[in-house]
Amino acid sequence: MTAKPLEAEVAVPLTSGIVRFMSAGPSTIGAPTIEKETRAEEALDLPWHVVVHNDPVNLMSYVTMVFQRVFGYPRDKAERHMLEVHQKGRSILWSGMRERAELYVQQLHGYLLLATIEKVT
Amino acid sequence: MEICRRKNQIEISELDPFLAELLRQIPSSANPEGEPAAERRIFSPPINGKQPEMCAEWKMYVEPELRRLFQTATETVGADLKQLNGNEQSLTNRTLRIPTKHSDAWLSALNQARLVIAAKNNFTELELSDHLRSPIGSRRDLSLFQVNFYGFLQEFILRELEC
Repeated sequence: MTAKPLEAEVAVPLTSGIVRFMSAGPSTIGAPTIEKETRAEEALDLPWHVVVHNDPVNLMSYVTMVFQRVFGYPRDKAERHMLEVHQKGRSILWSGMRERAELYVQQLHGYLLLATIEKVT
Repeated sequence: MEICRRKNQIEISELDPFLAELLRQIPSSANPEGEPAAERRIFSPPINGKQPEMCAEWKMYVEPELRRLFQTATETVGADLKQLNGNEQSLTNRTLRIPTKHSDAWLSALNQARLVIAAKNNFTELELSDHLRSPIGSRRDLSLFQVNFYGFLQEFILRELEC
């Protein structure tokens, strides 16, 4: 008996670390066509920090406004982070998955803040 | 010079030719091209340490977006500044009206200009916090005054945004 060819699925890692099962063309493997998502090794890895570094040119009030806008922080929390940047030279604004961290850093660069991502050690 | 909010505009009036000229210089001052220190500051790396792959991707995909974003802001400011076109005499007691909807563009362009000027001159933190320094003296003093003047405008716009 010959099985009807089905479309097999292969794991394709995406930049987000999520592995999505996608069609790989005709095959005789009788795999179900259910789309699945699994966590890749990277996704289970340590999170990343979004770090803002001190810059003597940027105004304190401007930095506070940027933290409120980008992270949606209330004013007092945004001010606490701004003061930490000013006094300690840096502040961790957010921690989590790399893709989101990169997006935050991109937004912060759009406001001309000195921001980097750092892997949690 | 006077600065105040009138309905949906920020109005800078009684501008003398010197301050009007400083305002007109915002778009050109914000341009980091040809100044490696300014370029490095405006387009700083997204990660410390050696991550060449990430930095290369950033340069290829993110930097062009940032350049477009910054250029759009300076173009908006440049269009508003056309109100100040004219010879020096006609600039006496001129008024500049900035639509409040352009506030973000002004904040960005002023910030770019301050960062570029500071990077070009390699200003120290001490110099940047010395607000009593006379603008009359060296070219460096004038640049420092420019940074502080643009900072004053930024502060005013930020205050108005909070209202």
